Order: sequence, then structure tokens, then C-alpha cells
Amino acid sequence: MRSLILVTGARLLTPLLLLFSVFLLVRGHNEPGGGFAGGLVAACAFILVAISREPAAARRALRVQPQTLIGVGLLVAIASGALSLLVGDPLLTGQWVDIPLPDGGNLALGTPLAFDLGVYLVVLGATLTMVLTLAEED
Amino acid sequence: MSGLAAAVLSGFVLAAIAPLVARSRHAGWLLALLPAGLTAYFLSLAPRVLQGERVSEQISWVPSLGLQASFALDGLGLLFALLICGIGALVLIYAGGYLAGHPHLPRFYVVILAFMASMLGIVLADNLLLLYVFWGGTSITSYLLIGFDHEQDKARSSAQQALLVTVGGELALLGGLVLLASVGGTFEISALSDRGGEVRADPLYLPILGLVLLGALTKSAQFPFHFWLPNAMAAPAPVSAYLHSATMVKAGIFLLARLFPVLGGTDAWTIALVASGGATLLIGAFLSYHAVEVKRVLAYSTVAALGMMVLLLGVGTEHSVTAAMVFLLGHAFYKGTLFLFAGAADHEARATRTDQLPGLRRVMPISAAAAALAGLSMAGLLPFFGFIGKELVFESLFELPGLAGPLLLAVAVAGNALLVVVALRVGLRPLMRATDRRPKGHEAPVSLWLGPLLLSVLGVTTGLLPAWLASELVSAAVSSTILQPVDVELALWHGLTLILGFSLLTLLVGLGLYAWRARLRAATAPADMGRRVGPEQAYAGLTALTNQLARRLTGWLQNGYLRHYLVVTLVTGIGLVSAALLRASGLEWGLGRLDLRVTEVGLAVLVLVGAFVAVRSQSRMGTVAALGVVGFGIALIYLNFGAPDLAMTQVLIETLTVIVFVLVLYHLPSFSTERPRPRVRDAAVSLGFGAMMTALVLFTLTPEVRESISRFFLERSLPDAHGRNVVNVILVDFRALDTMGEIAVLALAGLGVFVLLRIHAEHRQARR
Repeated sequence: MRSLILVTGARLLTPLLLLFSVFLLVRGHNEPGGGFAGGLVAACAFILVAISREPAAARRALRVQPQTLIGVGLLVAIASGALSLLVGDPLLTGQWVDIPLPDGGNLALGTPLAFDLGVYLVVLGATLTMVLTLAEED
Repeated sequence: MSGLAAAVLSGFVLAAIAPLVARSRHAGWLLALLPAGLTAYFLSLAPRVLQGERVSEQISWVPSLGLQASFALDGLGLLFALLICGIGALVLIYAGGYLAGHPHLPRFYVVILAFMASMLGIVLADNLLLLYVFWGGTSITSYLLIGFDHEQDKARSSAQQALLVTVGGELALLGGLVLLASVGGTFEISALSDRGGEVRADPLYLPILGLVLLGALTKSAQFPFHFWLPNAMAAPAPVSAYLHSATMVKAGIFLLARLFPVLGGTDAWTIALVASGGATLLIGAFLSYHAVEVKRVLAYSTVAALGMMVLLLGVGTEHSVTAAMVFLLGHAFYKGTLFLFAGAADHEARATRTDQLPGLRRVMPISAAAAALAGLSMAGLLPFFGFIGKELVFESLFELPGLAGPLLLAVAVAGNALLVVVALRVGLRPLMRATDRRPKGHEAPVSLWLGPLLLSVLGVTTGLLPAWLASELVSAAVSSTILQPVDVELALWHGLTLILGFSLLTLLVGLGLYAWRARLRAATAPADMGRRVGPEQAYAGLTALTNQLARRLTGWLQNGYLRHYLVVTLVTGIGLVSAALLRASGLEWGLGRLDLRVTEVGLAVLVLVGAFVAVRSQSRMGTVAALGVVGFGIALIYLNFGAPDLAMTQVLIETLTVIVFVLVLYHLPSFSTERPRPRVRDAAVSLGFGAMMTALVLFTLTPEVRESISRFFLERSLPDAHGRNVVNVILVDFRALDTMGEIAVLALAGLGVFVLLRIHAEHRQARR
């Protein structure tokens, strides 16, 4: 049974949730958040689509198979950790670059963010793999 | 990185790219260029090594553990390295012809090259752990090669048997090596060699010796672990020739020689090795007498020859070690030839039993000539290298004092006489006239006869010119084994000595055993039955028992009831954590610091009420909702204590839990209130787990525990990791490896759910 209110609400909420999940991911290093929470919020966004319409709609919105996200996430995490091997540090040593900002501030970008992105993708992929497969059980 | 490490690595690199050329008709010849080149490389180092120099190099391996990847080339290593690379080249050429057109030929090249590199690693390693890693490499590649024809039951079970026996010994070896390093203070073999006296005087010497011997003797197929080797003949002929005759089975011999300066020379060493080697020599020779298939005959005779070498190393005099090295070299030449010949005879003339060999000289003259030369060397005839080896064996045993001399000499004569029979049955029979049937077939292509011919000719030339070809090599090998400079002068003719008499006696006994073999075999048949109650049966029984135990245990632990799994997991957790807590009870418990506020008490009551309702609820939906109350209550507690990250994650997880519950609710069986007894059990487990967790939390509140980690993270988070959110910094930086493991588990869990549900769906579809 499809609820018009839910469908309309979900249409508004989904992009907001996704945006919020990225927000959580990026701010995670300094404020509450991080890849794990971000990934869960993003998963909730797609689950909302699946519940309000149908699982297939969530799969269409996702564009790729959730299992693919798992693999990509693991690869991103491993690659970000292996980067330090290239400069001779042990595996998973954080590497940082400082980017001066026009307003005089400083943006420190580092491999931990990429690692967190990997966590985000794995959490999103694994959660959606489970929930969508379960939802498709009839 | 310089020469030696590069030599080892090159084999692995070539293994990785071998599939690119493996389909070519000349792949064997092409790939053989590497071992041929390596042979040349080692020969170029030979002048330095033969003068007593040790070529060594070190590469930092795991600097934080002080581990060095150190390689060294001494006389012993040179002898083995030349055998490995020289025979390796011939075997690759041979395999190209023998397995031409085989669908898995690329895989074969990959594995055999990896084996060659591992074997080279063993003989060049100067670090016990490095040696062990390569040792393991040979076990795995040997397993893959024995099981090469994996569609055959026999190949699979033989491969498994070889793996279990040798890897079982390998585990013992690891224990022995670690103990040895702890006693000797270093993993470097060259440094250990200087501390042999200390090691032998240590109370741990006997355990070390026992464990190392287990590793070496299983690898070299010594009684009672000999049974895997004949079964390993399920592998293709080039593998039998290379791994199970010329090189890998000699890794055990190599290890004994390598560790001789550290462990050798004691009574325990001598008794263990002489007893095991002597028994293996006699049993192997006897079994070869009864075997019928060519490859089995050769395999048992290899077992016997390995026993001979172990015995000689056990005796441990300068002469006996020399005899062992010469015997080893000669054995590699003639046994390699005979195995390769056996493969060619099977391949080109379908001759797999010894009674099918007569007459083969007509159809495959070159191969038969090679086999004959090897047979004569094996029988120990003049002027072959085998003769020199046998003379040295008899001589070194003859000079032993007391009863040992005559006794061991008798064993050696008996064993060698039986080996003469093998030489006649496999090497010389092709020259004999076929009595009942005319063999069909044709001469093998050049790739199949080149290897045997070269090896057998080497057996003659080293025999004729031992001083020129082998003396220095053997001298260097013996010198680096007993750590004394020795100068061995190998000569073919010693004059009419008593030793020559023993050689003659061996030959005559051998001829007699051959001539009357039908009658003798019938007479000794009952003893051959020993094979059926022997160690192989013990192996079969042990594996069956293990399987049975595993089935029982799995049936008990994983009976399919989720609540059973939970109970087992929780009870185990309670037991282990409580035990650890009780042991650490010296710490001050954090009870004194509890000053509760109203909000905290309120939240605690909320959680408790939720838990109570969840337990008492009569409907599943009610339970789910009540559990939600518990979860959100805990999230509020986190928030109350200033942990927004945890609270947020908890809320998200609770939300997802409800969603998952809703999705699976429909599929669950009806909600039943259980009978009283399981309820009591569940209550006890839950309360126990709760009590344990409470104790654990209180324990972590004690100052000693809290300070040690938290302060470090709080202080270093911003300067070291550029992050103010300490929780997240721990997750993605300080403890990133843990997180790595966690997301890997999460990934597998996701895929597991996916696969299980898909299989379920397919089953249902199939039923429709």
C-alpha cells in the first residue's frame, strides 16, 4: 500500500538525508559524525525510498549494486592506508597536506578522510545489501 | 638488493608471468632459461665459495622486530643451489614435452617455478624464520603439484596426505626454531653456528632437537612418516623427478646438515638419526622390492636413499658427512634420470610396471641408454659416481669403533643390495629382451630425453673425473657442514681393499635377490602386509577420528538454533571475562565514585522498564517496541555523559534494527511463549551477562585503567592526527587497522546475508 504523504515526504527528505550524511562524513574529524554514522544516514535515505515506493526504486536511485559499494569502499580504505607505504611510513600512517585558503586559513586534508570515505561506502553498501535483499523477499 | 635475494625473487617473478608464455610450444625451453642462467650465476660465485668464502647479504625485513632477511651462500648452499637450478632447467624442458597440450599447463609452470624459488630460498636463507617461510612454500607448492590432476580422487587424497604429514612436521619445526632462537639469542643461522656449545648444553636442547627432527624427518619421508612419498607419485613425472627425488625431500637432509654445527654430534642426535635413518633404509628398500609400478619402486628406493643420508649425518664423522654429500649428489643424478625415464616410458610406450620395461631399447634407444647409465651408477658399478658414493659410505661406517661399525655396515650392505635390485629392474631391464610381448611406442621427443641423458652422463663423467668435477664442491659442502676446513679427494679406484670386497658382496647379493625375486617375494609377502597395518593406517585412523570429532563438535555448537548460539557465546564470554576480572581484582573498584543525578536514575529506570516489558510481552511487535525503548534510552545515557558520537550511532542503529525487524517479521515462525525451564536458563544467562558487564564497566572506572589510554588519545589527537573529535580520530587514525578489520567483517556479513537469501530464493523458485 502506497501512502501519498510518505512518498511526497520521502521525496523531500531523501536529498536532505544524503546531504546530511556527507556533512557528517566531512565534519567527522573535528565534530560528532564520521564515516560510520554518515554511511548509516545515507542508508536510511535509500531505505526511505524503498519503503515509501518499492525496493527497485531504491536500487534505481542508487544506480550501482550495493555489493559494488562494499568492494569499492574496502578498496578506498586499503588504498588510503597503503598510500603511506609509498613514502616509507608503516601501513595506515596518516598523510596530510596543508592547503592555504584565500581567507588566510588553512585546510588540512589527509588520508584519514579518504579512509573514512571507505568506511562510509562499506557501511552504506553492506546495510543496503542486507535491507534491500530482505525487502525483496516475498 | 643484490645477487642472492634477486636470484630467489626472480623465480617468483617468473612464476607470476609464466602464464603469458605458457601456451607457446617452446615454453619449457624458454622458461628453462632462468634456472639455466641461475646455474651460471652460482657457478660464477663458485670460485669464491670453494675457497671458503661466505657470500652473504642482508636486507631489512621487519625492522621494528629486528628481523633481517639475510641470505648466504656457502659450500652446502652452493651444492644444493646448483642441483636445484641445474635439474630445474632440465625438468622445465622435460615438462614442456611431457605435459604438452595439458589444459592446466600454465598453472603447472607457475607452481613449479614458485617451488624452485622457495627451494632456492631454503638453501640460501641465513635466518631461521626466512628459511621457515620458504620451507612452507615448498610444502604448499608440493601439495598443488601432487594434486595437479585434481579431478582424480587419488591425486587429491595423496596431495592432502603429503600436506598434512609435512605441514604437521613443519609446525613442530616452527616450535623448534623459535625455541632454538630463544636459547641461542638470534635467528641468524651463521651466528647460531658459533653458539652450538651453549645450545647443546641448554636444558631445552632435547625439546629443540625433537621438534626440529620432526620437521626434517617428515619432509625427508623418514620412517614412520615415509608413506606420503610413494603416494605423492600421483604427481606428473617431472614433479616426481624434481620435488620428490632430487630436491624437496632433500630439504630435510639439508636442514640436518645446516643445523649440524648447532645441534649435531650429541648422543641424542646420533641415536635418533641413526635409528630412524637405518630403519628407513631397510624398510624403504624392502618395500621397493615388493612394489610393481615403476614409479612406486623408485619412490621406495628414494625413501631408502634418504634413510641412508640421514643415517650418515647421524653418525656425524667427517667421513660419514662426506659420504652423505657424495651419495646425495650421485642420487640426484641417477634417481632424477630414472624418474624422468619412467615418465617417458609411460608417455611414449605406456609402460608403467617394471615387467613392461624389457625391450624398450628397441623403441626408445636414447632414453633406454640414459636409464641404463643411471642404473649402473645406482647399482654402484665402476666407473660411475654411484660407486664412489657407495665406497665412501662403507668406508665411513667401517672405521666406526665398537659394535656400531659392523652393525651399520651390515645395514648399509643389505640396503644397497636391495637398491641394486631396483637398478636392475628399472635401469637395466629396458636393455633386456622382451619375452612375451613386443613393446609398442616410439622414441620420445628431444625435450623428454635431453634431461635424463644429461643427468646420466653427469653420473659417468663425475665418476671418471671426480677430482676435477666434484671434489672441491663436496669439500666445500662438508666444510660448511662440520665447520672445519676439509679437503676431500674423491677417487674412483682405491686399490684392492676390504671396502671393495663389500662393494662386490653388495653387488652379488643384489644379483641374487634379483635372480630369485619371484620366490623371495612370495616368501616375504607376509611382511609386506605390514603396509596395511603400518603408519599409513595410523594416519588414516587419525584423520578419520579428527573428522568425526569435528562433525560432533560442529553438530553440537552449530545446531541451527539461534538461541543456542547466543547461549554458547554469552556463557563463554561470561566465563572468560569473569576469570580475567577475578585475576585482576587487586585494582581498586570504581564503586566509590558513583554520585547519581536525577536524570541518570530516570534514564536507568526507563531502560529497565523497557527491558522488563520486552521480556514479558506476549507479542513480537510489543517486544520489538520495548527493545527500541531500551536502545533509545541507552542513546540518551550516552548523550547525558557527553558522547554525541555514540548517541548518534546508537539512534541510527536502533532505527535500522526496527526497519529490519519489520522486514523479517512476516517470515518468522509464530511467537511462542516457551516452557518454563528454558526461560529459567535464559534468565540466568542474561542476568549473568548483565552482572559481568556491570563489573567490567566498574573495573574500567578504576584510575589505573582509565588513565593509561584515554589521556594519550586526548593529548595526541590534535597534534598528531589533526582532529578534535577524538572518537573519530581513534577510528580512522590511531586504531585504523581495527576499523579496517571491522569494515571487512561488515562487508562479509552483508555479502553473507545476500548469498543466504539468494540461495533461499532460488530454492523456492526451483520448487515451484
